[in-house]
Amino acid sequence: MTPYASSDPVAALPGAERGAPSRVARALGGGNVADRVYGLVLLGAGLVLPVLFAFIIARVGAAAWLAVRSFGPGFVTATAWDPVAGRFGALPFIFGTVVSSLLALAVAFPLALGLSIFLTELAPRWLAVPVAFATDLLAAIPSVVYGLWGIFVLVPWLRTHVEQPIADRFGDAIPLLAGPAYGVSIFAAGVILAIMIIPFISAVSREVLAAVPRTQREAALALGATRWETTWKSVLPFALPGIFGAAILGLGRALGETMAVTMVIGNRPEVPSSIFHPGYTLASVLANEFAEASGDLYLASLMAVGFILLGVTIVVNALARLLVWYVARRGRAA
Amino acid sequence: MRTDAYRAVRRRVVSATMLTLTGVAAVLTVVPLLLILWHLLRMGIGALDLAFFTHLPAPPGEVGGGVANGIVGSAIIVAVAALIGLPIAIAAGLFLAERDGSRLATAVRFIADVMNGIPSIVVGIFVWAWLVVAMKHFSALAGGVALAIMLLPMVARTTEEMVRLVPRELGEGGFALGLTRWRTTLGIVLPAARSGILTGVLVALARIAGETAPLLFTTLGNNFWQLRLDRPTAALPLQIFQYAISPYEDWHRQAWAGALLLIALVLAVSIAAKFLIRSPFRER
Repeated sequence: MTPYASSDPVAALPGAERGAPSRVARALGGGNVADRVYGLVLLGAGLVLPVLFAFIIARVGAAAWLAVRSFGPGFVTATAWDPVAGRFGALPFIFGTVVSSLLALAVAFPLALGLSIFLTELAPRWLAVPVAFATDLLAAIPSVVYGLWGIFVLVPWLRTHVEQPIADRFGDAIPLLAGPAYGVSIFAAGVILAIMIIPFISAVSREVLAAVPRTQREAALALGATRWETTWKSVLPFALPGIFGAAILGLGRALGETMAVTMVIGNRPEVPSSIFHPGYTLASVLANEFAEASGDLYLASLMAVGFILLGVTIVVNALARLLVWYVARRGRAA
Repeated sequence: MRTDAYRAVRRRVVSATMLTLTGVAAVLTVVPLLLILWHLLRMGIGALDLAFFTHLPAPPGEVGGGVANGIVGSAIIVAVAALIGLPIAIAAGLFLAERDGSRLATAVRFIADVMNGIPSIVVGIFVWAWLVVAMKHFSALAGGVALAIMLLPMVARTTEEMVRLVPRELGEGGFALGLTRWRTTLGIVLPAARSGILTGVLVALARIAGETAPLLFTTLGNNFWQLRLDRPTAALPLQIFQYAISPYEDWHRQAWAGALLLIALVLAVSIAAKFLIRSPFRER
C-alpha cells in the first residue's frame, strides 16, 4: 500500500459529484491542476524505463541486422572469426562466456551459500557486521581493478600453483585439463568471476534467509535438532527457490562481466580444447575489437554478438527476478 | 551398533563441522579482498606523488606522468550522468512507490530490475550506435548518457524502497492538514526519506564512477586536457585499463596508483553511506 492515502481527498468531499474531476484527472492524482501535472511528470519518468529498454533492444538489434541477414542462424555455430576474410562466427565467444560463467558459479555458489549461512545463522554480531561490510566492499570494487589484480597477481599465481600442477597430473587423462598452462585462460576468468559474484549471490541469499519466518527455526530447535540440522532441513528448503534465484542472478552478472574477464582470459577467438588455454567471451570481443572495427559486416557482426549477450542476460535476469519475487511472496504469505 | 548416544554425538559433530565449514567459506571470501587491498597499497602507493595528481599522461619511460585529466574527466562525465539521470530516476522511484499495486508499476519495476542486469558494455555499444554515430564524435556527453542509463534503474529502485519505508501516517497527516498530493509527497514524504535516498544516490554514483566498459566507445579517452562536452575526454578507469594492458613497467605502476585512488573513493563513499543511513524509520 502507498504510505499515503490512495483515495482522492477532493472526490471524498460531499457534493463532489457535481463538478467532480474526471476519472483521468483522478487517476493522474487529483482534482486540481498541480496534482495532475505532478502525476503526469511522475508517469513520464516511470515510462522512461520501459521505453529506454525497448529502444536498447531495437537499436542493437537493428544494427546487427546485416550480420543476421548474411550469416543466418549459422552465426551462432560458426567457429571462424576472421575479420580479414569477412567470416564471422560467434561460437568461440558463446563457449567462452558460458564455460567461464558456469565455472564461476560452480565455485562461487557453495562459498556464497556458506557465507550467507555463516552471517545469518551463526556469526555473533561483532563478527557478522565487519564480515558483511567486507563482502559489500568486495561487491563495490570496480571491474577494472579486479582485472588489474588479476593480470599481475592472480594469473601468475594460478599458473604456477594451480594450473600447471593440475595439467601435469591429469592433463593426459582428461584433455579438458591439459596444459600447457598459459595463465591467461578460461580457468583464470572463471576464478576471478567467482570472486566477483560471491558477494552478489551472498547479499541476495542473506535477504532470502532472513525472510524465512523464525517459527521454522524455532520449531526445529524445539524438536531437538542441532543448529546445522535446523538450517539444513528447516530453513534452507524454505529459502531454496530464492537462493537459486540469487545464484542465477550471479550467473547473469558473470555472463555480462567485461573488464576483469578481458584482462585475464587471453583473448583468443577459438574454441579452446582445455580450460587452461586462452579463450574469449562475448563481452571481451566487444571490448577489444569494437573501437577498431572497419567495414559494415565487421561492425554488424560485433553488434550481433552484443545482441546475443543482451538477449542472454535479459532472459537469465528475468528468470532470476521471478524466482526471488516468488519466494518473497511465499514468505509474506506464510 | 548405532546406539542413541552414538547418534546424538555424531549429529553434534556433523553440526559443528558443517558450521565450521561455513566459517571457512566466510574466510575464503574475505581473503581476496584483503589481498587486493594489500597489493593495491603495496604497488600503488609508490606512484602516488603530486605529479600523479597534477600532470598529464607522459609517454612511457618519461618521469612525471599523471592522471590529472582522467580525474577531472571522470568528474565531468559523472556530473553529466548525474544531471541527466538523477531527476528522472528519483521521479521514477516516486512513481513506483505511489502507484504500487497497479499493473503498470509492477511491469516498470520488473523492467528496472532486468535493466540492472544489462551488461555495461552493451549499454556502451547502444549509446555508440545512437549518440556517437549521430554526433559523429566520441564525447563526454555520450559517456555521461551511457552512465546515466546505468544509473536510472539503480537509483529508481533504491528511491522506491526508501520512500516506501516512510510510514503512512506522515503522508496522511499532510492530507489531514489539507495539503494536496504533490505538496505532501515533495514537502513531507521526500524529506523524510532524504537520507536513505541520498545514500542510494551516493552508492550508485560511486559505482558508475568506476565503470570502464560503457566509456570505451563513447568517451574513448584522451591524453590531453579536453573540457568540451562533445569531444573525447579522459576518464580514470579508461586510463587504468590502458596502462594495465600496456607492456611498460612505469605505466603499470601508474595503473596500480590509479586503482588505489578509485578504491579509496569507493571506500569513502561506502563508509559515508553507512553513516548517512540515519533515517529514523529504518531499523538498525
